[in-house]
Parts: sequence; C-alpha cells; structure tokens
Amino acid sequence: MPKITYIEHSGKEHVIDAPLGQTVMEAAVKHAVPGIDADCGGACACATCHVYVDPVWLLKTGEASSMEQSMLDFANDVEDNSRLSCQIKVSDALDGLVVRLPKSQH
Amino acid sequence: MSDQAVKRVIIIGAGQAGGEAALRLRHSGFGGDITLVGEEPAAPYQRPPLSKKYLSGELGMDRLLLRPAGVYADENIAFLAPLRAVWIDRANRRVRLEGGRELGYDALVLATGARARKLTLVGADLAGAHLLRTAGDVDAIRPRFVSGARLVVIGAGYIGLEVAAVARQTGLDVTVVEAAPRPLARVTSPEVAGFFLDEHAGKGVRFALGAQPAIIKGKEHVTGVGLADGSEIPADLVIAGIGVNPETTLAQHCALNVENGIVTDAQCRTSDPSIFAIGDCAARPMAHYRNRVARLESVHNAVEGAKIVAAVLTEQSHSVEAPWFWSDQYDLKLQIAGLFQSYTKIVLRGSMKERSFAAFYYNGERLIAVDAVNRPGEYLGAKMLIQTGRTLAPEVIADASRPMKELVAQAQ
Repeated sequence: MPKITYIEHSGKEHVIDAPLGQTVMEAAVKHAVPGIDADCGGACACATCHVYVDPVWLLKTGEASSMEQSMLDFANDVEDNSRLSCQIKVSDALDGLVVRLPKSQH
Repeated sequence: MSDQAVKRVIIIGAGQAGGEAALRLRHSGFGGDITLVGEEPAAPYQRPPLSKKYLSGELGMDRLLLRPAGVYADENIAFLAPLRAVWIDRANRRVRLEGGRELGYDALVLATGARARKLTLVGADLAGAHLLRTAGDVDAIRPRFVSGARLVVIGAGYIGLEVAAVARQTGLDVTVVEAAPRPLARVTSPEVAGFFLDEHAGKGVRFALGAQPAIIKGKEHVTGVGLADGSEIPADLVIAGIGVNPETTLAQHCALNVENGIVTDAQCRTSDPSIFAIGDCAARPMAHYRNRVARLESVHNAVEGAKIVAAVLTEQSHSVEAPWFWSDQYDLKLQIAGLFQSYTKIVLRGSMKERSFAAFYYNGERLIAVDAVNRPGEYLGAKMLIQTGRTLAPEVIADASRPMKELVAQAQ
C-alpha cells in the first residue's frame, strides 16, 4: 500500500498506509489524523479536508478541478499548493506523498 | 448536577450523530466512561451514500463506515451493538437495555435518529417493496436493482430522486409517483424543483405527479403499483422514500418534551438537564434564524449536535455553523446552505440551461438560503454570508459577471 505522510500544523507527523482507490482524505479520517474533519464524507460539500501538497508532489497529484478550485477559493489560508484531500485518489504513483494540514478547517 | 461532575455518559443511537458524539467527547478531553448503544449491527456509518454510491455498488460497507470499527475500543468507548435501549429511568438516572441489563449515567445523549415512513397500502409487505434508510435496506434492494428491471419510486424528495438517478444510470426503467403536484415540494422552490424534473425527464424518468398510490399489486412478489385513479404501473421493484418520523419513543415514555422531535435548547439539552438530544430525532433553536426551533435531517445537523454536546460536557466554547446539505443526481451537484422555508423572494444567478446556477432565497432584504447546482463558489459564499449575518442586494448577487468571492468581500 502507498505510504502517505500527514503533517499536522503543530509539526506532528502521521505516516499512514493508504489503500489504493480510496482518497487521501479517507485514509486520514480512518486513522483519525487530527486536523482533517471531512464532515461530508468526501462529497465535496464541506471544504473541511483542506491540505497543502508538498511542492515536489504537485505534478503527481495533478490539478484541482474547477469545482474543487471554487471550493478552495473560500477556504482559509489558501496557497498555490492547496487541495481538498477528498479529491486526491490514492495510487501507486503517490507512494511517499507528503501533505501538510492547515491551522484550522473552519 | 453540574456538567463537571459528569463521569458516565451513555449515548443511545450509533448513527452519525451518536458515533461522532462519542469520539468528539473523547477527543475533547473527556476522561470518563462513554457507552455507545446502537441497534444496527454495523459500527456508525454514513447514510448519505446509501441512496447514491452504496446503491450503485461503487462504495462497499468498509468505505461507508465513519471510522474503522476498532476505533471505539481504541478510544475506550464501550460500543454495544446490535442492542436496543428500552427504558430510561430519569429519577435514578439509569438506562435499561434489551435483555434486562441496566446502566447508570450522569449525562445521557439521545441520538435515536429517525425511521423511514412506511407505506400504509395493501401489498406494502410484498417481496420487492422496500424502504430505504439503512445499509440493510439497500442490501435487500440490490439483487433486484438490475438493468432492465422496472422500478417504481414512491415519493419525489431527495432520496427518491437520488434513487431514480442511480437507477437510470444502472439501466432500470423508472417511474416516480408523487402525491404533490411537483417534486421536492417540501425541500425547495418550484423553480429549482422544475429544473430537477426536467433533468430527470430528459434522462428517461417518467413521473406521475399529483398521483396517490392506492395498492401494491402482486401475489408473493410485487407486480405493479395501482393508483387512486384506477391506473396501474407495472413494477418488479418498489422503493418508497416518503419521509421519516423522528424516533422519540424512549423520550416520550420518560415524559421529555416532544413535539416534532425531542425539543432541546441551543445546548441540545432536553427538558431534563441531564439528558441531551442530537441529530434527526431532535429539534433545536437555530442561531442563524432568530432561534426558530427546527428539526433538521442532515449530516451537518448530526455532526453539529455532536460538537455541541462534546463542548458542553467538557465546558469548552463552540460556535455553531449555518445549516448545509447536499444532493448528488447524475452529474449534478446540488449544494444547499441555510433554511429557505420563510423566503419571500428568489434570485437566480447563472443559467439553468447551462446546468450551472444558484437560487438565492431572501426574506425581505435578508439572504436566508441558497440552492447551488454545480456552483460551489455560490454555495460557500452564501453560507459564509448567512453564517456572519450579512447580505447582498438581489441585483448585485444576480450579476454573474462579478466573481462571487469579490461580492462576498464587499457584503455588509
């Protein structure tokens, strides 16, 4: 299984084995990584699974869809590498992915 | 008893509200006993996908679970299921479980949810006639939910229309029967309802509107639905989505204040200060709607109730979010913020024809709700405005040439 590293705003790291086909959000929620709320369960309805993708991974994670980009426009502390983690699917190509979490999801 | 002295919390109901309450209470630093009692066999799971990706088979039960089943034990939460609570002894603060076991509490959280309304028609108990509320209901539907089967959906609310959408995408022949003259009559405006009606009709869904189902026909298995006008729609499968009733039996038996749902204050406290009620079973004053008491059936409301109770019991502050909902049908993402019921004016932004628009609902000058179809910016922007008690003039919001974000920034 691909390994994904989630780094909380405090700096605390969580390395998770993420099942193929699930999303980066699901893997975090199922392992109770604090800082990813994902209240809607991945329906792209709540914008509470915001992450910053480590810049070296941006090519592999691809770009946000226009729907996702419109949601991100209203999230807090958005940067160029901001994504909604419910919209990133886990694949072998993402083995080693590093994402950082914002201070708050609301 | 002050909340500080709370050492034992029992949560009855292990849906999204109950499951989240247990975990959020623990994550908020509560160190006492937490017992979560659920009547379904599964650990707490998400209900919204039941009429969407779980019905289509895209999501399995493992992905439906809110957290892995082992999390509750890991967090030292006693998860008892499948088990029913049968009695609440308020005087002695005890809950009796099916089988006779009794547990004491200092605080009790009722998260008993709601039950799908049953059809009261002759034939409603035939094989092939189903309700849709639990994963078990969908598991029972699936074997006959196959390409070429003839499906009659009774009720054109969100559940009914979501089922119709998945059914068309799976290749079933679909007729929707609705007693009201239009779909979504309880949950949105005629304008937005008309858009969804056209979309479904365009995908081949037939509608019988203003039609009263009178009988489900068949010997052992469903063969059709008879309407009050004498006509009959042939069917291999009938799915009723005619709303839910809050599950308030336990609350009523112990004489808590129950109207449409278990009535609580803004802290989710019932008429007994040691008992809280959250989620679909409870009605609470809505902070963004002049404290009008409302019972909402939504994920947001379930999670919000869980957050409120966790904050109250650990004496932390919490600010309530404006209500939000969503529905997925075909490639349409409907996102809803606020409560539209008291609207006096509707303003459209975008284009229904291009399948990308938002309907803003005003009460006088005040923005109270939005239905956004494939327009997430309008949804989040309106949600933010409602959240902060701001509004935008209708003629400003209707100007789609200016980005929503810019408009929200200038709102008063």
